[in-house]
Amino acid sequence: MSVRVDHSPQIVPERAAAVAAPAVHIRDATLVYDGTTLFDGLSLSLAAGTWTCILGPSGVGKSSLLRMIAGLQSGGTVTDGEGRPVAGRIAWMAQQDLLLPWATAIENVLIGAKLRGERPDRQRALALLDRVGLAARADARPAQLSGGERQRVALARTLMEGRPIVLMDEPFSALDAVTRASLQDLAAELLRGRTVLLITHDPLEALRLGDTVLVMVGRPARFEPPIPPAGTAPRRLDDPALLRLQATLLNLLAGRGPVPVARAAGDVS
Amino acid sequence: MNRMTVARPLIIAAVILGGWEAFVHLTGQPRFILPAPSVVAGQIAERFDVLAGHFAVTAAEILVGLLCGTLLGAGAALTLAFFRGARQWLLPPLVVSQAVPVFALAPVLTLWVGYGVVSKIAMATLIIFFPVTAAFFDGLRRTEPGWLDQARVMGASRWRTLRHLQLPAALPAFASGMRVAAAFAPIGAIVGEWVGASSGLGYLMLHANGRGQTDVMFAALVLLAAFSVALYFTVDHLLRRMLPWQPDQWAGGRLSAPELDRPVP
Repeated sequence: MSVRVDHSPQIVPERAAAVAAPAVHIRDATLVYDGTTLFDGLSLSLAAGTWTCILGPSGVGKSSLLRMIAGLQSGGTVTDGEGRPVAGRIAWMAQQDLLLPWATAIENVLIGAKLRGERPDRQRALALLDRVGLAARADARPAQLSGGERQRVALARTLMEGRPIVLMDEPFSALDAVTRASLQDLAAELLRGRTVLLITHDPLEALRLGDTVLVMVGRPARFEPPIPPAGTAPRRLDDPALLRLQATLLNLLAGRGPVPVARAAGDVS
Repeated sequence: MNRMTVARPLIIAAVILGGWEAFVHLTGQPRFILPAPSVVAGQIAERFDVLAGHFAVTAAEILVGLLCGTLLGAGAALTLAFFRGARQWLLPPLVVSQAVPVFALAPVLTLWVGYGVVSKIAMATLIIFFPVTAAFFDGLRRTEPGWLDQARVMGASRWRTLRHLQLPAALPAFASGMRVAAAFAPIGAIVGEWVGASSGLGYLMLHANGRGQTDVMFAALVLLAAFSVALYFTVDHLLRRMLPWQPDQWAGGRLSAPELDRPVP
């Protein structure tokens, strides 16, 4: 049996999950892949009920770290704030929508319940599809949906799980800029209060959504000092502070070393 | 375009039959070497009762063989997919067993289960079994890894993962196996009848051959071919209806060439 938060119909599902959102600690993450040491005793803590975004160049091991937390890969100790395991409290959203082509949108949202042998709550699934703006497409198959709509269904499926910890692996990277921005807003709103780990290639996405932004670099990988963007997510795209931080992050990612935030503010080169 | 889709097969058939008829008359082929289509048609009409009786026997053998082979093949594929032990112990002998030509087993089968329909059904079943097993098992083990990861994070049991993810995901591959099976089943039944039978189109053909009734042979052949084609398209059509989510750029039969130049959606 899996641990699930019970939702009475009066409570908005997102709030109910938020109450139980724990901190997540990863200790001694060690991973050797094909003779290359990706992590060696890497540690990471996600503060309870906040968004942590990890940026890093391709191949640095961001996805592997996320898979470790999800329990899909061994190599580290993952616990909550009280030292208990987190298995059964995690929802996972991948870069591909992973929708089943034979199932309708609502059946895809309900797949978790089906896979656990639970009674599917169609009403709640429909309500969640409504939250992501797809109530009218509940009976459409994935092939009939656009890329943005498919990722919305995937978001509804993630919410349906009602898990307090949400791991997202570049969930919006395959979308066009406009769709991506609107899905970022939607995710920020619907996942507020949960402990979220978002992996992304896009510094702007990390800065819009993250309470903490981490840059993962090197081999074996380490984290640069965290960058906390000011204000609450989703932040405005035309915020000058955000754009300056983006320049800092691009510098970091390009391997030009940690540029002090104050100096980077005036130095975009 | 649409009218042409219907007309084209008819035109092709008319050209082939017309050419055949003309060739026979122009070269004066004797009837026991190559009967003209008109003669074959006459035979079908004249001996309809006899032909229909043998046809019914062969058709039943093919259909029952198809059913048995598909069920056994699907069962074997599911067993292999679900049990590691089955993969380790059953897969190697299964693959090696395919080195034995199935046709070579026909006399043995007749020896064991007799001259009746059972040996023909067994023959059709055997010939279908492996293509169905191979295609379905292949589909079952090629499930999108992301779906399996997702299922693990969701807390799915192994059985429910098989039932709700791997099984539906493997249906298109199973359908490919079924199409091959539909094309192979008649071969099994006919070979079975050639080895030893007292009824069926295969028996009738051998019997007519021995007495120089080439036109009767051709009449049986025409009925058999018509049934095989009808069986293939029926199976193909049913599979398409069962798998409406499967991307299919050549809707309407993969053998109908006019569809090949349709734009890919």
